[in-house]
Amino acid sequence: MSAFNAIGEERDIDRDEYTPGIEPQPTWCPGCGDFGVLKALKQALPEVGRTPEETLLCTGIGCSGKLNSYLDTYGFHTIHGRSLPVARAAKLANPGLEVIAAGGDGDGYGIGGNHFMHTARENHDMTYIVFNNEIFGLTKGQTSPTSPKGHKSKTQPSGSAKTPIRPLSLSLTSGASYVARTAAVNPNQAKEILVEAIEHDGFAHVDFLTQCPTWNKDAKQYVPYVDIQDSDDYDFDITDRREASEMMYEAEDALHEGEVLTGRFYVDEDRPSYQEEKKAIGEMPEEPLAERYFDDDYDWDQKRSYDLLDRHV
Amino acid sequence: MTDDELIWRIAGGSGDGIDSTSQNFAKALMRSGLNVFTHRHYPSRIRGGHTYVEIRAREDTVKSRGDGYNFLLALGDSFARNPKENAYYGEEEIKPLYENLDELREGGIIVYDSGMLDTDDVPNFDERAEENNWHVFDINLRELAKEHGREIMRNTAGVGVTAALLDMELGEIENLMEDAMGGDMLEANLNVLHDAYEMTNEEYEFEHDLRVPTGDHDEEQVLVSGSNGVAYGALDAGCRFIAGYPMTPWTDVFAIMSQNLPKFGGISEQVEDEIAAAALAVGASHAGVKSMSGSSGGGFALMGEPLGLAEMTETPIVLIEAMRAGPSTGLPTKPEQGDLESILYSSQGDSNRVVFAPADPAEAYDQTRMAFKLAYDYQIPAIVIIDQKLSGENRNVPKSFFDRPVDADPGSVLTEEELAEAAHDESGKFNRFIHETENGVAPRSLPGQKDGRYLATGNEHNKAGHIDEDPDNRVAQMSRRMSKLVSIREELDEEHESQQSYRGPEDAEYGLITWGSQQGTVEEAVDRLNERGVSVKSIGVSDMMPYPEQEMTEFLESVEEAMIVEMNATAQFRGLTQKELGQFGEKLTSFLKYDGNPFEPEEVVEAFEAQINGADESPVTRTEIRPAAGD
Repeated sequence: MSAFNAIGEERDIDRDEYTPGIEPQPTWCPGCGDFGVLKALKQALPEVGRTPEETLLCTGIGCSGKLNSYLDTYGFHTIHGRSLPVARAAKLANPGLEVIAAGGDGDGYGIGGNHFMHTARENHDMTYIVFNNEIFGLTKGQTSPTSPKGHKSKTQPSGSAKTPIRPLSLSLTSGASYVARTAAVNPNQAKEILVEAIEHDGFAHVDFLTQCPTWNKDAKQYVPYVDIQDSDDYDFDITDRREASEMMYEAEDALHEGEVLTGRFYVDEDRPSYQEEKKAIGEMPEEPLAERYFDDDYDWDQKRSYDLLDRHV
Repeated sequence: MTDDELIWRIAGGSGDGIDSTSQNFAKALMRSGLNVFTHRHYPSRIRGGHTYVEIRAREDTVKSRGDGYNFLLALGDSFARNPKENAYYGEEEIKPLYENLDELREGGIIVYDSGMLDTDDVPNFDERAEENNWHVFDINLRELAKEHGREIMRNTAGVGVTAALLDMELGEIENLMEDAMGGDMLEANLNVLHDAYEMTNEEYEFEHDLRVPTGDHDEEQVLVSGSNGVAYGALDAGCRFIAGYPMTPWTDVFAIMSQNLPKFGGISEQVEDEIAAAALAVGASHAGVKSMSGSSGGGFALMGEPLGLAEMTETPIVLIEAMRAGPSTGLPTKPEQGDLESILYSSQGDSNRVVFAPADPAEAYDQTRMAFKLAYDYQIPAIVIIDQKLSGENRNVPKSFFDRPVDADPGSVLTEEELAEAAHDESGKFNRFIHETENGVAPRSLPGQKDGRYLATGNEHNKAGHIDEDPDNRVAQMSRRMSKLVSIREELDEEHESQQSYRGPEDAEYGLITWGSQQGTVEEAVDRLNERGVSVKSIGVSDMMPYPEQEMTEFLESVEEAMIVEMNATAQFRGLTQKELGQFGEKLTSFLKYDGNPFEPEEVVEAFEAQINGADESPVTRTEIRPAAGD
């Protein structure tokens, strides 16, 4: 008998199931874009058919990290920048789980930048949502890796001398097999993109533009946005790396100039996920490892070998 | 110190096959019935540079490398012979010969490869050989190897010569070669071996007395290193997930696990850095797999963050810390016990972790198993400390020692039936972090289980895992988490055999205290001191946290004075002892060494005798005596 009966359970799921019975008072500011991510996730998860109990949401630190408190799934609120290594190991340990990681732009592109690059490179089968508001919010308004050049804050009083990170291009270059950008001000697109991202078999990165009405008053509020898939002005093949790359470059330049281009930028359905790659070389078990500890029929001792003792590396 | 033992040293350049040759030779000696111990010395370099391995073999149990040695096989450094690199390598070429002579005992044997080395280059070689009565054999191993195989087989030729000079049978050596290789390679090596053996017997006269000692084991033995002990302990503890980043000397454990986990149906991940490595261990464990990570000092420093996360979220993980000399990158291939305080206290907040420091490969196996058991039963991180010395040294252990079932128990995890009955809070979440428990352990659920939803967070949290800063809740959660160490101490004291090791007469007047990898050396010193009429006993401590307060108090109450022997400059274990016990400061002196080399038994003997005679300076160079608090 499985120890994880919630996994793979097929039933109708009400979006209210994702709302905690007693909802903690959100500590996000009125008008915060983070509400948009919460709402889109609550809509997307039932549509994909994943129950709260088979979903593991790993978050980082900051306003985005509080997502866990308002979305009633299994949750792991980790530490600043570390949501990805925790999340991808959980997925390796139990591939039946729907693993979603979320963090902010400081969290994901700054302190966690190395993990972002490598998780994308390995193409782990998971979804990564970055709340991008171009600012450190919870620590009160410092310049972040996505803040525009010249951005002034208490820690960068003369204005930042750095050009901002290009999250979409970085993601593509690193190896993500699904890259999209959406915005909290565009709830319908946000939900659709999250559904696609969650269903995608590989590393799906969603750069989620979330306005910060408190600390980033000067920032564009991401309106008006343009949906590149709906617009006749943008025609490119989202499965072609080169064309996707050019489109991303354009979108990232445009954002600095106040034009918000959103939509799917790159989708590669053919690239095997990391787990499949590992299975192919014989380094990933067929059955979920986490199940094995509850499998009374599994013979642990049969696999023992003394070879190791007498062999030296 | 007597010659009822063989201490064979093979010296040459890194990459010349010194390691594999010595391991096979050690196994051959072990299989012929002897007890063996190997000691590895190598530079932080891939190829070339002076390296040696020592094998000590005797009939009695052997606990340390001993002092000095009595057989040198000097191969020369083939990588130093690249003429283009002369300027860089300098004297490297003859180092394998002259750098080893200081420790060669009187009457010892030198076999050197005259195809690679020239004694004319070694200052005063002939005078020294005569003075010390060394038996010198200049043999062109390079030519011998070339004739029947390839030049690289100089090591095999050296083993053939060794066997002839020591009047050994070749049988076990041949068997091991057959296990390790096949085809033309095997044939060539066997030819080289026999040729060297016969040539030595035919062409040389032996005047030396040194022979291979004889011994007889009651049961089959295996040759195990500290790294093997840790890795096999982890596998037998049901560990099926490891994440790591390479760093010497931790890499050995990581590599052994990576090579074996797929065979055991597990997963190994080499990741981007040590923060990720420990965070992956946390993630895999959170999802229900017994998991581990580890590193050496510098990498472990990065793990402080996820280590603290594991403490706060009560996620069981096991970390291995294979110490090398610090600070910073320090001496990359040399041992030290300088990371103890960082292992005990790194990460923010109050430390809440289990820390063991095994003394030898068998203990490494045992205590890694125990670390997993406690980590998963108590949902607490456990750290096993080894060091560069222990990780690379091999000892023979009866095979039956490892004949224990795999411990697949994931610890305090509830079933879905139990979760359905368990308390949930108003928000619908499982009360995973209840305040009141018997032993501090609040049973957990795993993601994917019905009725088990909760939030794990590095922030302080309430019963269901919601972030909570209420002072009463904070105190209840902290107190419960910290009480685990008390329960673990009680369990260790009451239900398990002591992990501390004792040596010497119980009613001894004096005490020697040590921890981790120096235990065998100190125990040998205790034996020698008692033979010389000094009444002394030792305790080798393995439990760093929770500290074995009862055992240490009893030990210290029973002796007049005690000397703590450890490989660091600031007496870290003595500091811990005085902090934990709050007394005995006036009884404790320290004997410290931090030059990159482990203690030798005679050093400990000399320092101890000096101390009880009231000396305040160490009689041994490059060591230090730190007086008692009252002195």
